[in-house]
Amino acid sequence: MKLIVLMKRVPDLVEDLEVDGSGRALDAETLKLTTNEFDEHALEEALLLKEATGGELTVVALDGEEVDKMLFTAMAKGADRALKITGAGAVGSNLALARLFVRALEGRELDLVLTGVQAADDRDGQLGPLVAALLDLPCVEVVTGVSPGEGSVTLHKEYSGGVVAEFEVDLPAVLGIQAARQAPRYAPVSKVRQVQESATLETIESGEGGAAAEGGFEIVQMTPPETGEGAQMLEGVDELVAVLESKGVL
Amino acid sequence: MAGDVLVVAEHLGGKLADVTFELLGRGRELADGLGGELAAALVGGGEGLAAELGAADLVVTVDGEGLGEFNPESHARALEAVVESVGPRAVLVGYTAMGMDLASTLAVRTGRAHAAFCVGVELEGGRLRAVSQLYGGKMNVTTDLGDGPCVLSFLAGSAPAEAGRKEGAPRVEPLAPPPAPGRVRFKRLIEPEAGDVDITTQEVLVAVGRGIGGKDDIEVAEELAEALGGAVAASRPLIDAGWLPKTRQVGKSGLKVKPKLYLALGISGAPEHVEGMKSSATIVAINTDKHAPIFGFAHYGMVADLFDVCEELTEIVQDRKG
Ligand SMILES: Cc1cc2nc3c(=O)[nH]c(=O)nc-3n(C[C@H](O)[C@H](O)[C@H](O)COP(=O)(O)OP(=O)(O)OC[C@H]3O[C@@H](n4cnc5c(N)ncnc54)[C@H](O)[C@@H]3O)c2cc1C
Ligand SMILES: Nc1ncnc2c1ncn2[C@@H]1O[C@H](COP(=O)(O)O)[C@@H](O)[C@H]1O
Repeated sequence: MKLIVLMKRVPDLVEDLEVDGSGRALDAETLKLTTNEFDEHALEEALLLKEATGGELTVVALDGEEVDKMLFTAMAKGADRALKITGAGAVGSNLALARLFVRALEGRELDLVLTGVQAADDRDGQLGPLVAALLDLPCVEVVTGVSPGEGSVTLHKEYSGGVVAEFEVDLPAVLGIQAARQAPRYAPVSKVRQVQESATLETIESGEGGAAAEGGFEIVQMTPPETGEGAQMLEGVDELVAVLESKGVL
Repeated sequence: MAGDVLVVAEHLGGKLADVTFELLGRGRELADGLGGELAAALVGGGEGLAAELGAADLVVTVDGEGLGEFNPESHARALEAVVESVGPRAVLVGYTAMGMDLASTLAVRTGRAHAAFCVGVELEGGRLRAVSQLYGGKMNVTTDLGDGPCVLSFLAGSAPAEAGRKEGAPRVEPLAPPPAPGRVRFKRLIEPEAGDVDITTQEVLVAVGRGIGGKDDIEVAEELAEALGGAVAASRPLIDAGWLPKTRQVGKSGLKVKPKLYLALGISGAPEHVEGMKSSATIVAINTDKHAPIFGFAHYGMVADLFDVCEELTEIVQDRKG
């Protein structure tokens, strides 16, 4: 099975986020990035599929901060190839981005494109369905497990309350992975370093006009949400005990 | 018509999802502002469900083979046909497990702008401005969508459902199902297995998030829960890591809970988690990050290490109960 995984660096949400002087974007100076956790799951599911079918797995990303390391780490975990799209700069919309990826994948054999179910850093929806629409492929989001079949896969899609729907999907297809069948594996630092020294990343120039903000709409404001009353802040466990007493829990 | 608003009705097992009514409430306000009608699209729901969409002026139904159960491909195609036929200014979709299959697809296939993670929409001189909750609830971002057609996908629970639960007699117009490629086939629904505890019936939930650090550390929360006479619940990452069973998960893809006390330990308060617990009577959040979004939803908060609080509180509670 020919597998493609799209991976993205996103702001680490455990860190403080600051809005920059424009009031419309995050402050790039203080921003700390991490690999989108759902992309780690997409990679894990792809690795499991590769192991089961003896396929070939390519990870694809847009150039950016620490992207090389993300790609080498994916290779250390078992990806066969890594492809980096360079020269795109800041892409204005997911639709423009989808066109970039479609162009980068042109001429490559593919059975499954796996993305993370979402990245929490853009407001114009998910990339997967856009890539699928441009390539006229079926697409299923919120997937939690894929088993390979003949020319198709059987997968689980998660609804609320733990209810799961099972679908059979013809290949090629695009899937948005919520969670892999097992927790994403870990690549030892030594292995990553070894891969970094021996493997090479393929690069592809995005080309003129690839980054046009097609379908991109202007952000007019970015602010931390108003919290209304917000929580009444407690200073110590004694105060917490008093709250529990007043609520009849203690 | 130019100012119409179309709500995508979501249903499972013959029941309309709450988000549908939330969207109908919002849709009515928006349609009034735009001077248009409020329409609802019902794919595969049958006559019975159409009758529940009384808040709408028009219900367009699409039924046929392969539409009875939700199907990411055939339902998207059917909705596309409804969108083409109604030609609304705005299409409102829930940003739910089903909506995530529909919103982006509809937007790109019908050439519409799309704003996701929406928690609000404003109308300003004919232009729509969508407010999206990004970065796990840490930022609200306002996007100017201009005066063209768009798709807005809203987080569940962003508006009251009551506003959209109205008696009424909307016109019902059936639309023939368009051909679907048949590349996605529904097989079956799998109901969750019952767990050892039912977290939806507990009065006290000690909910742990990724801040707990490791599987073995969950024990401190178990001890506290036991002392308080409640049970341990968790955010999704702990379930995905295999540390706790799925039946303990609270949130969008987990269970909705309303205990008397929800004690959130090391949970950031991402929208997908908050969806499942925000109706709890009393929410207390313990987090080392004073900017954690959970403090915006909690009634009481403490910026502290969860382990310190757990230890001290467990001791006090155990002492009291002797
Ligand atoms: C389609 C979809 C469905 C989803 N469904 C769900 C769902 O049903 N339920 C759900 O929970 N999530 C769900 N998610 C995931 C959700 O987006 C978040 O990723 C998740 O809720 C984050 O969990 P968390 O708060 O435990 O972890 P994090 O966001 O990593 O937060 C950990 C928090 O712990 C704090 N912390 C760290 N150490 C300590 C300490 N020692 N003491 C105190 N605090 C500490 C940190 O400051 C941080 O705020 C879903 C996502 C998607 C895309
Ligand atoms: N800039 C990007 N580079 C690589 N993959 C991306 C990018 N943007 C989105 N994706 C993929 O699409 C998924 C959904 O992201 P989003 O469309 O931002 O919600 C991510 O989890 C990635 O797998």
